[in-house]
Amino acid sequence: MAQTGAIGDKIFRTILLLAAASILLIVVAIFYMMVQNSLPTLERFGIGFLTGSEWRPAQEEFGALPFIYGTLVSSLIALVLAVPISLGIAIFLVEQAPIKIARPIAFMVELLAAIPSVVYGLWGIFVLAPFIRNHLGVFLQDYLGWLPFFQGRLTGIGMLTAGIILALMITPIITAVVRDVLEAVPTTQREAALALGATKWETTTIVLGNAASGIAGAVVLGLGRAIGETMAVTMVIGNSPQISASLFEPANTIASLLAANFAEATDRIYLSALIEIGLVLFLVTFVVNALAKLLIMSVGGNSSSSKHV
Amino acid sequence: MANTEQSVHRKRRIVNSLMTILTAACAVFATSILLFIISYIAIQGFSSLSFQFLTDTPKPVGEGGGIGNAIVGSAMMTALAVVLGLPVGIAAGVYLAEYGKNWFGNIVRFVADTLIGIPSIIIGIFIYTLVVMPMGRQSGLAGGLALAIIMLPIVARTTEEMIRLVPNSMREGALALGAPQWRVSWNIVLPAAASGIATGAMLAIARITGETAPLLFTALNSRFYNFFYDQPMSSLTVQIYNYATGPFEVEHAMAWAATLILVGLILVINIFVRFLTRKKF
Amino acid sequence: MLQKTIYRKFASVGLIVLFALGVGCSGQKIGQSSGTSSPGGAVRLQGSGASFPKPIYEKWVNEFGKINPGISIDYQATGSGAGQKALLAKTADFGASDDPMSDSDIKSAGSEILHIPTVLGAVVLTYNLEGVKEPLKLSSQTISDIYLGNIKKWNDAKLKADNPTLNLPDTDILPVYRADSSGTSAVFTDFLTKTVPEWKEKVGMNKQPSWITGVGVGAKGNDGVMGQVKQSPNSIGYVELTFAKANKLPSALVKNKAGDFVEASLESVSAAAAASVAAMPDDLRVQITDAEGAGVYPIASYTYILAYKDQPDANKGKAITDFLWWAIHDGEKFVKDLHYSPLPAEVVKRVEVKINSMTNNGTPLRQQ
Repeated sequence: MAQTGAIGDKIFRTILLLAAASILLIVVAIFYMMVQNSLPTLERFGIGFLTGSEWRPAQEEFGALPFIYGTLVSSLIALVLAVPISLGIAIFLVEQAPIKIARPIAFMVELLAAIPSVVYGLWGIFVLAPFIRNHLGVFLQDYLGWLPFFQGRLTGIGMLTAGIILALMITPIITAVVRDVLEAVPTTQREAALALGATKWETTTIVLGNAASGIAGAVVLGLGRAIGETMAVTMVIGNSPQISASLFEPANTIASLLAANFAEATDRIYLSALIEIGLVLFLVTFVVNALAKLLIMSVGGNSSSSKHV
Repeated sequence: MANTEQSVHRKRRIVNSLMTILTAACAVFATSILLFIISYIAIQGFSSLSFQFLTDTPKPVGEGGGIGNAIVGSAMMTALAVVLGLPVGIAAGVYLAEYGKNWFGNIVRFVADTLIGIPSIIIGIFIYTLVVMPMGRQSGLAGGLALAIIMLPIVARTTEEMIRLVPNSMREGALALGAPQWRVSWNIVLPAAASGIATGAMLAIARITGETAPLLFTALNSRFYNFFYDQPMSSLTVQIYNYATGPFEVEHAMAWAATLILVGLILVINIFVRFLTRKKF
Repeated sequence: MLQKTIYRKFASVGLIVLFALGVGCSGQKIGQSSGTSSPGGAVRLQGSGASFPKPIYEKWVNEFGKINPGISIDYQATGSGAGQKALLAKTADFGASDDPMSDSDIKSAGSEILHIPTVLGAVVLTYNLEGVKEPLKLSSQTISDIYLGNIKKWNDAKLKADNPTLNLPDTDILPVYRADSSGTSAVFTDFLTKTVPEWKEKVGMNKQPSWITGVGVGAKGNDGVMGQVKQSPNSIGYVELTFAKANKLPSALVKNKAGDFVEASLESVSAAAAASVAAMPDDLRVQITDAEGAGVYPIASYTYILAYKDQPDANKGKAITDFLWWAIHDGEKFVKDLHYSPLPAEVVKRVEVKINSMTNNGTPLRQQ
């Protein structure tokens, strides 16, 4: 009896171990495949691949900079818009709203994350882009037109549209993590502050201060999502690899380039270039996600991003 | 003196109410955006929804057509992903919860969390080189595999969390009665965490049903009903993408109607899960 | 009691898994490769490539499927570049491209590839300009200037010079181009390369040309470009004529070699083809842009189906030859309604010979 139990334990444990190891195996395999397939351009262009600003597949000239720029800037726009709103929502839900109101609102904000990327893209093409072209963009040009960001041709598609869509998509993720982080701050801290005569908002600022690194983790996690977002971006960004100060101008991101062009790369060097730029995306998101995890863990927030998918 | 104190006090109170209003405004803003998007989809989608649309296959522009094969394709690829991803994910989650308090467990946990964050288009490229190239064709198999990889770490991590919620006393009781560890995990711990795991799995299913990027070069698309995994397969999401980016108004209408089906399904799953877990969280 | 709830919970998970397994297995037949289709049974063909002929190919496969229920042809308009790749990587049974394959790509295939012209079409400049009623007149020079960024506004003097009667607005032009590898781009840039030295020097002819940074926006497929133009006021894009017609957007008259502004039409495209029929090479790969003659539309093109001459699978090979034969004969009646132009009679003769030359392991696929 004990014997069969021991053997059973061994078999059971081995099966579980294999399942867990499969996750490692997949990530290692992805990494290996990408490095292996990007060797031709890695060897031929070296670091110049990252700094070159011309992407001309026909001339076998591959500079990834415009795509890196587009990826970073669209993600930064998303953060600038999403972080204050997410913080506001999370503070409202944890610190201010009575639980009866907080629950349904929290659920609805989570639902924003459940809407598929391609649906945001569809909505972006037919609702947001015309709105930016006819209203928001005109408004920005009228009042902030002296800034280089809001000059030039206003078409409704481009960096700003992509950034706004991304902001909508990462708001629920940042909100959820900030909520977790705030909830992890002991209630005694709030009680102490309130007892000293602090207002509710003053108490909140103290809580925020103590949760700072966790909040930073939430922001970084949101950044990671924005960087890798594909469909919604490719549908509204204009697919034009350029580095322009104007946020109204079209741009392109790494993920969007891959979605549009991966299927057609016949020659080895072009395919290699596309996989290498994919490798850059892979490594950046890996590092960004790892950093987010470390930051969130450091305040004892719920580090599992699985809850925030 | 008393005057300034009073004004400072008033200022603090004003700041306090102002911030309350501001944070509430953020919450109202986000929820209104959600309601706006959903009602927009509902209004646009309902007008071109019909039984024929739900059962027909794509036709040349102007001759009608529907998304029947896309619904079947999405269901089949999701099912394949569930068959492959769910058992492995649950097993990995059990490992992490029951045996994973060591360096190996930490690495797996860490890598699983980062895998969740890896852009799904990368997984599409991976499956393209791993499955599509050797097979010589895009297929539902490749699409399902890509979705399974996306699902795996999500299921693993939710399973782990759910199992951790099972009180230790239950394990100890069974172990004290002489049951082997695997029996305890299989017959006591897993059943106790089952409903939590099931809801986690349903959320993961909702997530992969909405994926587009990993299917673009793996499953491609198809004009036909296809019940075999070795052929290119249509999906709701890829079909929405194609219709949305094209110029034809009839196709735009079909994109909205297909979106209504897709988003409706995803929302129903989410609300259902919410209903199930309402008492616990 | 406790046990009961535990088992109920367990059963719920089990049910979900079982359901999933059921759904999964019912359709599962992995390993049964359709690489060798069973004789007499249903044949399924996968085609992939050009979006230029997408409307006519969709029509054809639909109509062909009605009279040949045993053959289903799936055509995905992934773009000419992707079509060529799919043929070379053998992920499709046939490819499609408006731009003939390059010698080096053909050589890399290892087996002879046939170019089968199916229809002729026109690449038109379509635009979204409110208040402009008469068709715009463009020359290769003004088109080139728009896409090089030399002409930025609709009321530019150069555009006004060719269109004195039009009330062109003082708005920025948004040129839309193809972001993917495209036969339509190849035809478009071929015309500009032949006629404008500055274009030849700065961009040249390519399926995937290096667009001037900051000039316009990219979109995927003829569908994508047309969609973008339709969505964006003051934009201009190049697509096959049928897309502009189906979306009720105008196409510009383009100045041809003879110096006339010509509308893209069945006649003007056929005239462009007529000029080069005699000189068509053996492998039928030819560009017909900037053709000589009166009434010629200068940005016209054949579009090709690409297939291996020796087909690896007899049933699929037979289905491909049957479809091609049907398309260039019976299929022709659908061509005009979709604003394409049928192949000249001499070319049909030569295509027949090509189709009849297709084999399976050396055995001809068609009884002649």
